[in-house]
Amino acid sequence: MSDMQDYASSLEDVNSRKFETFSYLPSMNSDQIRKQIEYIVSKGWNPGIEHTEPANAFQNYWYMWKLPMFGETDVDAILAECEACHNAHPKNHVRLLGFDNYAQSAGASMVIYRGQAV
Amino acid sequence: MAKTYNAGVKEYRETYWMPDYTPVETDILACFKITPQPGVPREEVAAAVAAESSTGTWTTVWTDLLTDLDYYKGRAYAIEDVPGDDTCFYAFVAYPIDLFEEGSVVNVLTSLVGNVFGFKALRALRLEDIRFPVAYVMTCNGPPQGIQVERDIMNKYGRPLLGCTIKPKLGLSAKNYGRACYEGLRGGLDFTKDDENVNSQPFMRWRHRFDFVMEAILKAEAETGERKGHYLNVTAPTADEMMRRAEYAKEIGAPIIMHDYLTGGLSANTQLAKWCQDNGMLLHIHRAMHAVLDRNPHHGIHFRVLTKILRLSGGDHLHSGTVVGKLEGDRDATLGWIDLMRDSFIKEDRSRGIFFDQDWGSMPGVIPVASGGIHVWHMPALVNIFGDDSVLQFGGGTLGHPWGNAAGAAANRVAVEACVEARNQGRELEKEGKDILTNAAKSSPELKAAMETWKEIKFEFDTVDKLDVSHK
Repeated sequence: MSDMQDYASSLEDVNSRKFETFSYLPSMNSDQIRKQIEYIVSKGWNPGIEHTEPANAFQNYWYMWKLPMFGETDVDAILAECEACHNAHPKNHVRLLGFDNYAQSAGASMVIYRGQAV
Repeated sequence: MAKTYNAGVKEYRETYWMPDYTPVETDILACFKITPQPGVPREEVAAAVAAESSTGTWTTVWTDLLTDLDYYKGRAYAIEDVPGDDTCFYAFVAYPIDLFEEGSVVNVLTSLVGNVFGFKALRALRLEDIRFPVAYVMTCNGPPQGIQVERDIMNKYGRPLLGCTIKPKLGLSAKNYGRACYEGLRGGLDFTKDDENVNSQPFMRWRHRFDFVMEAILKAEAETGERKGHYLNVTAPTADEMMRRAEYAKEIGAPIIMHDYLTGGLSANTQLAKWCQDNGMLLHIHRAMHAVLDRNPHHGIHFRVLTKILRLSGGDHLHSGTVVGKLEGDRDATLGWIDLMRDSFIKEDRSRGIFFDQDWGSMPGVIPVASGGIHVWHMPALVNIFGDDSVLQFGGGTLGHPWGNAAGAAANRVAVEACVEARNQGRELEKEGKDILTNAAKSSPELKAAMETWKEIKFEFDTVDKLDVSHK
């Protein structure tokens, strides 16, 4: 039993709150983020950025940062928008989406800046 | 000129063997694998199958002349060798669309796999594939919600969904059962699942199970901030009772329910699927009894047919086999019926056992569920084989974790996310799987413990039902 670890998660501990895809992995570094953006672009999806106060992360509609970047394939430009959103809302979760207009669904969705848990 | 009536027995091939017939786009087409009795010519047996699955009977009857039998009859239009097996052959039969009630897979199966399967001139018969014309597809209601709607309801994007079947299959009290669900969900699963034989037994009546499980879902959602569900099995002795359980699941706010479409029956399934669509519920489909029908390579109904039948009858999830786990399933054949579940147009591809082009029109897709004997070490292969539009379901592979369900769930969640991230980076999952998991385990003691627990387990029995290829 001594080897057994408790699974630390509770209503009280705000660090238990997750935010879907990739939230069980450590926060991505800039190189990792770049590769995910390259993946979205390679799929032909339209990148989009959304953000929210962590307390409201469960809701469907986060705040759109500008409009989705239709047809944008420049990874640096997309990365710059992510950073701009993060700088404007440093306490918020910032997620990057890849909108697949054929499937009418997000092909990718990931929080790339993690806000302060509340 | 009108025909005259001649009583007596005619050879089937005089009427039902039509090698010059070109199927029209509204025909329902079937491919049968026929093992004839010795000495019976192929054309005669193929014609007999066409006759007995459509308008024919063993003797001429005078009422044949009151209708246009030449229009209504099934037509055996082609025969092919089965690669690598000279005991049997493929026969292709075309049926005019008029022979079938609209929106009724029950009616289609009653004809195509009815009396003909007991026919004495055959030693064995297998329905390999059906081409449903889009004109017929559009008379069926199909999946209640479909893949994209499910993603929106559950808020899951860019990765496979994760599930877990609660074990032991039978014997837990409702409260203990809800505990097992809660632990899995809080650890990072999207879904937990009733096992198929969990209905409403004396040790755990359905209503208590629904109540306790719903509390588990709500608490796990509050704790993790993510959306959760549990497939509440509403399979019941009568369709009325099934509907009563479904209504209650909706009343308490459950997002998804479950049905066994073969043992529960196709009428009940079609009714439930329509109700789910009208009530915004997701429908998970289990396939108990399928192996009775689909495992024998010479007799029965191939699973790709059962897959098409389910998509038409309605369901948002369907168990597909895992390729890598404890249950039967040839890799190429499995890839074939996964396409039949999800895609809108599937081309004929004999290398995947697909005999006909299949156009689904605007009918939504079904998410394949990989379940049975899988654990974290299988994750790279599963993500590679199934892609994002799938549910990967680890029962023992979650609950059997040495630290319990929550840790088991977290291990699988970390593993699936690590595999998806690596895949998106262009890495080859089945080659680099070990590195990817080992690296992810550095920040997840739960994954590390899971990898140590299941390291040595492999399933390498030979597949009984292989695709028919000449080098077998």
